[in-house]
Amino acid sequence: MLSVKDLYVSVEGKEILKGINLEIKKGEIHAIMGPNGSGKSTLANVLAGRQDYQVTSGEVIFEGKNLLELSPEDRAREGVFLAFQYPVEIPGISNATFLKTAVNEIRKYKGLEQLDAMEFLALMKDKMQVVGMEQSLISRPVNQGFSGGEKKRNEIFQLTVLDPKLALLDETDSGLDIDALKIVANGVNLFKAQGKDNAVVVVTHYQRLLDYIVPDFVHVLYNGRIVKSGSKNLALELEEKGYDWIKEENQFSDSVK
Amino acid sequence: MTEVPEKEEIKNWYYSNFELFENSLNGQSKAPVHKIRKEAIAEFIELGFPTTKNEEWKYTNIAPLLTQNFKPAYLSNKISLSKEEVSKFLFTGVNASILVFVNGDFSNELSSLLPEAKGVKFESLRQVLNNEPDFIEKYLLKSNKTIDGFSALNRAFISDGIVLRVPDSTILENPVHLLFISGSDEENLLVQPLNYIFVGKNSQIKIIESTVGVGSKAYLLNSVTEIFTGENSVTNYYKIQNDPDTCFQVSRTLIHQERSSVFTSNVISIGGELIRNDISTIFESEGCESNLYGLYLADGKRHIDNHTLIDHAVAHCHSNELYKGILDEKARGVFNGKVLVRKDAQKTQAYQSNKNLLLSRLAKVDTKPQLEIFADDVKCSHGATIGQLDEQSMFYLRSRGIGTEKARSLLLNAFASDIVDLISIEPLRETMNRIILDRLHKVSL
Repeated sequence: MLSVKDLYVSVEGKEILKGINLEIKKGEIHAIMGPNGSGKSTLANVLAGRQDYQVTSGEVIFEGKNLLELSPEDRAREGVFLAFQYPVEIPGISNATFLKTAVNEIRKYKGLEQLDAMEFLALMKDKMQVVGMEQSLISRPVNQGFSGGEKKRNEIFQLTVLDPKLALLDETDSGLDIDALKIVANGVNLFKAQGKDNAVVVVTHYQRLLDYIVPDFVHVLYNGRIVKSGSKNLALELEEKGYDWIKEENQFSDSVK
Repeated sequence: MTEVPEKEEIKNWYYSNFELFENSLNGQSKAPVHKIRKEAIAEFIELGFPTTKNEEWKYTNIAPLLTQNFKPAYLSNKISLSKEEVSKFLFTGVNASILVFVNGDFSNELSSLLPEAKGVKFESLRQVLNNEPDFIEKYLLKSNKTIDGFSALNRAFISDGIVLRVPDSTILENPVHLLFISGSDEENLLVQPLNYIFVGKNSQIKIIESTVGVGSKAYLLNSVTEIFTGENSVTNYYKIQNDPDTCFQVSRTLIHQERSSVFTSNVISIGGELIRNDISTIFESEGCESNLYGLYLADGKRHIDNHTLIDHAVAHCHSNELYKGILDEKARGVFNGKVLVRKDAQKTQAYQSNKNLLLSRLAKVDTKPQLEIFADDVKCSHGATIGQLDEQSMFYLRSRGIGTEKARSLLLNAFASDIVDLISIEPLRETMNRIILDRLHKVSL
C-alpha cells in the first residue's frame, strides 16, 4: 500500500528525516515510536502533504501513485488520512458543513454521486455513536472550544466518516485519559473493520495506546532514522526500558560511521 | 487617468447648479428651508470637498469622484421604473413594507405597505416641509450640522427623503425596507436624500436600507439619515450597499438614543466604487445600548471607508462594535472607530473590534480604533487585526480532501459569518449569505 524509500526531509533548512524506509502492506498496523524530536510527527505530516516540509530526496509510493507529487487534497482523496496531533480550530464553519464538504469532494473525485443532506445525516449518526460524539458537537464550529479529548475524538470521528485507506495517527493518544483512549482506539479498530485492506500507522511516544490498537510491526525512530523494527513486543520493551538504550546504541553507531 | 479639475471649477459646477435649482423652485425659494440651503451652499463654497489633509478624510482620497461632475437629480430628467424592475432589488422571502426612492424622490406608485404598518406615519420630507413649518426649527436646524463639504452639499439641495414616525408602543413584526434606486443612462447624477426616522417609546422596528443602481452613468449618493430612538425602544437597522461600480456613496447616519433604548446597525458593503459611511451614536440618556456591526468586501480598486463615533455622554450605557473586512486585488479599506467616554459616563461598557483579511499583496487597510476615556469606572476594550488566511486552517481543510479554492471560500465565508449571522431577519440573512458566498467566489479568484 505504502512504500517509503530513502526519504530525506528538512524543515526550515534543518534535516529532520535522514533516509526513512518503510513498507506498509494492506491491512497492517504499524506503530512508530521514538523519543521527542526524533521526527515521528514530521513523517506523518510529510505524508499528508504539509507544505512547510521540504522533501530533499527519496520517494513515496501510495497505491501505485507517487504521493509526493500530489496536493494534500488529492492525497486525502486517494485515501490518506492524518489525525492531527493538534487539530485546528476553525470558527465559523460547523463540523457538519466541514465534513459534508469533505465527503462530497472526495466522492466527486472518485466519480461517485454527492450525498444529500439526509444521506449525510444518516452517515454521521451511524459513526457518531461509535466515538461517542454528542450531537451538539456536530453543529458547533470545527474544534472550537472543544476539550483536548473532544478534539482527538473528532479526528477519529472524521476518520470513520471519510473512510480512507491509510490512517496516520499523529500522537492521537497524547493527553487522553484512559476512557477517552479506549473510545479513540475503538474508533480506529472500527475503521480497520470497515475494510479488511485498511492500514494504520500509529505515531506515539507511549506504549499505552498499543494495548488497544495492536500493531503488527513496531518501528523505533531516532534522530531521523528507523533504527529498530520488530513485533509488538518491541513496544513493551521500550515501555519497560525507556528510550535511553536506543540512544546509547545509536550514538555508538553514529560515531563508528 | 483623467486630471482632477481645479477646486474652483468643481465649486462653480455645484454653485451654478444651485442657481438653476433655486430658479426652478418657483416661488418656493421664500420657504424657510431655503434659508438653510443658501447657508449650506455658502458653506460648501467655503469648504469644498474634503481632501486627505482633513484628519477625518486622511485615508480616503476622493479624487476619482472629482474627475466627473454630478448633476443634482432634482434638475435632471426623471427616470421611470416598473414594479417588475423594482422587484429584482427586493430580498427574496422578506415580507416587508417597501418604500422606494428613485434618484432620491419618494415614489408612491412603487411603494407598498403591509397592513400592520398602518399606524406608522410614512411621509416624504417634501410633504413634511410643506405641512409642518416647525419641523425645520426642531430637526433640520438642530443636530445635522455641516461638518464637511458633503454634508454642506446635502443641505444645499434639501428636497426629499423619508420621514418615518413609529408611534409609541408599536411593534412591527415585519421590516420596513427603504430601497434607494439611483442612476441614469443620460448623465451623472447627484442623489441626496435626507431622512428622518422616529421610533416611539416602547416601540420596535426593523429597517432595511438598501442602495442599488440602474443605468450606465455614474452617480454620487450623498445621504444623511437621522434616527431618534425613543425610551425603551428597539431598533434594528440594516444597511445593504450593493451598488454597481458606477456608484460613489457618502452616507451619514446620526442616532440619538433616549433612555434604555437599544439600537443595532449592521452595515454590509459589497458594492460601489468608493464608499464612505459615517455613523454617530449619541446617548442622550442612561441605560442605552448601541451595537454597530459591519462587513465590507472589496476587490478591484474599490475603496470602502467606515467611520463610527459612539459618544458615551451619560452613565450606564453599553456599546459593542464589530467591523470585518475582506480586501482583494488593489482594494482599500478604512476603519476609524471612535469611542468617547465622557467624564460623567460611569459604568460604561464599550467594546470595539475591527478585523481584516487581506487576500492580495496590493490590498490595503488603514484601521484606527480610538478610545478616549475620561471616566474612571468603566469597562472598555478595543482592538484591530489585519491578516491573511490562516495557513494551518487551509492545510487542515485540504488534508480532508477539500480543494484549495473551496477551502478558501469556506474560510472567507466563516470570517464573514460573524457579521451575517447577526442579521435577525432570517430570509434576509439567507439572501445575504448567498450573495456574499457568490461575491467571495469572485473575490478569491
